[in-house]
Amino acid sequence: MNEINLIKIDWTSILILTILILLGLGNIYSSSQTYLLDSLFNLNPFSKQLIFVIVSIIIFLFIQVLPINFFNKYSSILYVFSIVSLLGLFIFGKEVNGALAWYQLGGFSIQPSEFAKPITALALAKYLSDINSNLKTVKTQFYSFLIVLIPITLIVLQPDPGTIIIFLSFVLVFYKVGLPSIYMNLLVGFIILFFATILLSSKYVMIFLTLSIFFLILINKRKKNIIKKTFIYGVVFSVFIFSVDFIFNNVFEQRHRDRFNIVIGTEQDYRGTGYNTNQSKIAFASGGIFGEGFLKGSQTRGKFVPEQHTDYIFSTVGEEWGFLGASFVILLYTYLMLRISKRADLQRNLFSKIYSYSTVTIIFTHFFINIGMVLGLVPTIGIPLPFLSYGGSSLMSFILLFSIYIKLDSQRTSKW
Amino acid sequence: MKNKILPFLILSSALVFILRLFWIQLIDIDDVKLSNKNSVEKVYNFPDRGYIFDRNDKLVVGNELFYDLMIVPSELKPIDTLEFCKILKITKKTLIEKINKSKKYSTIKPSVFLSQISKSDYAVIQEKLWKYKGFSVRKKSNRSYLLNSASNILGYISEVNDYEIKDNSYYESGELIGRQGIEKSYEKKLRGLKGVSYFEKDNFNRTTGPYKDGIYDTVYKPAKNINLSIDFDLQIYGDSLMINKFGSIIAIEPESGEILSLINAPNFDPNLLIGRERSKNYLKLKNDTIGKPLFDRGLQGMYPPGSTFKLINGLIALQEKIITSKTKILCSKGHYYSKNRFMKCHCKPGTYNDLNTAIYNSCNTYFATIYKKTLEKNGDSKKGINSWKNHVNSFGLGNYLGYDHPLGQPGLIPDSKYYDKWYPNNSWRAATTISNGIGQGEILTTPIQLGNIAATIANRGWYITPHFIKKISNDNIELKYREKKYSSIDSIHFEKIVQGMFDVIEKGTAQNSKIKGIEVVGKTGTAENFIKINGVRKQLTDHSIFIGFAPKENPKIAIAVFIENGYWGTRWAAPIASLMIEKYLKKNIERNYLEKYILKGNLMQEYLKPYTKSNFSINE
Repeated sequence: MNEINLIKIDWTSILILTILILLGLGNIYSSSQTYLLDSLFNLNPFSKQLIFVIVSIIIFLFIQVLPINFFNKYSSILYVFSIVSLLGLFIFGKEVNGALAWYQLGGFSIQPSEFAKPITALALAKYLSDINSNLKTVKTQFYSFLIVLIPITLIVLQPDPGTIIIFLSFVLVFYKVGLPSIYMNLLVGFIILFFATILLSSKYVMIFLTLSIFFLILINKRKKNIIKKTFIYGVVFSVFIFSVDFIFNNVFEQRHRDRFNIVIGTEQDYRGTGYNTNQSKIAFASGGIFGEGFLKGSQTRGKFVPEQHTDYIFSTVGEEWGFLGASFVILLYTYLMLRISKRADLQRNLFSKIYSYSTVTIIFTHFFINIGMVLGLVPTIGIPLPFLSYGGSSLMSFILLFSIYIKLDSQRTSKW
Repeated sequence: MKNKILPFLILSSALVFILRLFWIQLIDIDDVKLSNKNSVEKVYNFPDRGYIFDRNDKLVVGNELFYDLMIVPSELKPIDTLEFCKILKITKKTLIEKINKSKKYSTIKPSVFLSQISKSDYAVIQEKLWKYKGFSVRKKSNRSYLLNSASNILGYISEVNDYEIKDNSYYESGELIGRQGIEKSYEKKLRGLKGVSYFEKDNFNRTTGPYKDGIYDTVYKPAKNINLSIDFDLQIYGDSLMINKFGSIIAIEPESGEILSLINAPNFDPNLLIGRERSKNYLKLKNDTIGKPLFDRGLQGMYPPGSTFKLINGLIALQEKIITSKTKILCSKGHYYSKNRFMKCHCKPGTYNDLNTAIYNSCNTYFATIYKKTLEKNGDSKKGINSWKNHVNSFGLGNYLGYDHPLGQPGLIPDSKYYDKWYPNNSWRAATTISNGIGQGEILTTPIQLGNIAATIANRGWYITPHFIKKISNDNIELKYREKKYSSIDSIHFEKIVQGMFDVIEKGTAQNSKIKGIEVVGKTGTAENFIKINGVRKQLTDHSIFIGFAPKENPKIAIAVFIENGYWGTRWAAPIASLMIEKYLKKNIERNYLEKYILKGNLMQEYLKPYTKSNFSINE
């Protein structure tokens, strides 16, 4: 079954994606307007992005003509290749902004961790769709986590916190395809305790934790094993609290702590670390309902928001297209993600299903962290907004991710 | 839960984000102002400040251009430093120092390289400026006072202070405002309205172009040129007459109320209060506690009017039918105005004065008597003094006159309440206030009020509020400077007073002030005055006062002269007034002997007395 099934292709998603990419191009053009002339050899971000878009289209078409079982078959090899490329960074890589994450090829840079995202998704899909895999078993859990942990470890060494979070989000996929609830409970518990520990102090959180354990035991004392269960949770959470306390105060550097403190609201600093967030908020405020109009955003033109064409691209949307424009973009993403998620639910092929869930999860995590950050709700973590942000590796990796989804989705009723 | 987790997360974060957008874009938008601060720059365009001309269209105050050489270090290219230094008249060392200094400030923003370059130097620089990339010239303008006179009238401009910025939304820090005198009174006309252009700036604070294509920009409204009523030939002549004397001359055109000159002595050069030395000079002027050049004696000085006030009392007595022109009163070197209270006069014993002789001999007895009778007319001195005060007030005395200059004093005309305070339980009578009859006592007037009395008498009963403005480009001057104000005295009574004043010059106290071919009319005055030295009240030499006008019929100039400690009216004030009249009406002075006498006159010794000697004699 190699021919392309045009009717079954998810045209709506492609349309939404096209709109997003065009919006991205427009906003990159606006936020990288420059008063200095480009030299012929040093293209401006817009022109470069235009080249990336063309390459992306080629990637998309190339994926569509590949045989449907190509991905299942070669995902292991691709995964190994991806790991090797991450390892190679330590020998051939180029350091940018303190992260050893790039290969330099002529005028372009390639970030292998970006491509590791769809490839890891493929590898996970392959492993979990295996007839012998069962996430209820510790063995499968171990291997699944291992698939994710290898790239994470390599990326921690770069280091690139944003990408690590993306890989961590695969837990959602595991949960979706059978990981016992206890992990999810632990994860949610960890997240709550993490912020509680940073906001308050470990002492108070411990007291609160102890009290709630006693309370839980008291109201559930008829249930089997309740004391044992809660005790285990209690021990795990206590260890977690102390390690968060330790990591936050001893492992994190001051700049990381500052970022957290500013987002959580314990510190305000408009000139230092909080500058980006504050300038971004000003840009949104000056946009109002309808926005200042294309190429007219005064904050954007003045380049007051740092990294505005990359991670902070959404603030350009907010300033130049206003509340309506920004909401429209959010709704486009929401619809796209819901659509993919829905089609994944209907997918019969387990490999495709797991891959589709991964696609949604990756896009969602980027969407959540990036927009949350630009709106000042999430700490400043440098990850791009899918399809909109400037950046070749990121755009192409998203296109790769999306193209494979489209390919797999178009065959969802067949059994290949 | 497992089935719904992804849609749940997606939908809930979308909802949170849209609510957040709603909050930061539509509700919590205080930050927009901040945005204007860092991405939009306001640049004002100021119209040239209006010129000030005198009544004969002579330019008095203009604007002078200054040039600042600006530098943008990042745009500098290698230059011929030798030639450049030669043009700017600086050494190579200063050149390097200044470039480094500006680099420290900013490499991409313009800063001042050399300030206040004169026009001639600018001409040379401008020619070669194209060679020197990174340098540009910024024009600035400041006031220039072309005639070294009338600083007291013109006032000055300076940067607005914090209070003015707070009170008046028009001004912003660093802008100039009329600070005193005409510059202040006609600030709005002279400044015009500034225009504003909005520019967009980038994060390096560089201007990148007009904001929103300039839709919010406004064009400035040009300032108005004004003509003062001052005749600067007369003003400058008056300055010269007042050299080495302290005091004031006020000349008014009676028919229009236009002030022809207001001389304050000692004067100072108005150019002292512009430019970089301003605050130093200002302090110097302020610290001159003897001359007090910043104190405008003509407008702010409150002195007893002395004998010149007898004219008013005469008019009131005529109006109140206390006397007729034929009423005679006996004077024997003075008179007893109450038991054991004697007021001296210089009349010979047994002199019977009627109104005419009383004026030209300035008889104390006559005017004290009719003043007392005026108050006692209805048997109640309280009612009497209040009705007397109303008459006096109608001459513009006892209150601010309402002219167009920010400085002024009301003077003092007492009423019954005033004496009730000092003499409780009805313990005062008309005789208690007798000194008012001869212009001493409690009465205080400013020289410009005396000038206004002269104008009122010249007009036989009315005056127009004195003013410094003659013309404001195309605008009318204020209505109140075109309206006649009538005194409470019928005009028929004035003729008798005028005749008396005419005789003052012809055969009375001021015969030295006659001018050939001009009928001068006037009245001298001599005012006792006191100061406190270390808490002890000391009498100083009397003030010399003269009010008058000319010609007698159809008067063209009314005048009041006030010379501090000039001993008596005839000695300084009257001849100065007559020279002013001659200068104004005849344009040149024929009485050279008199002019020489005045120009040479020096009263500085008199003014220094209280400061140099502890025991000094007066009226020498």
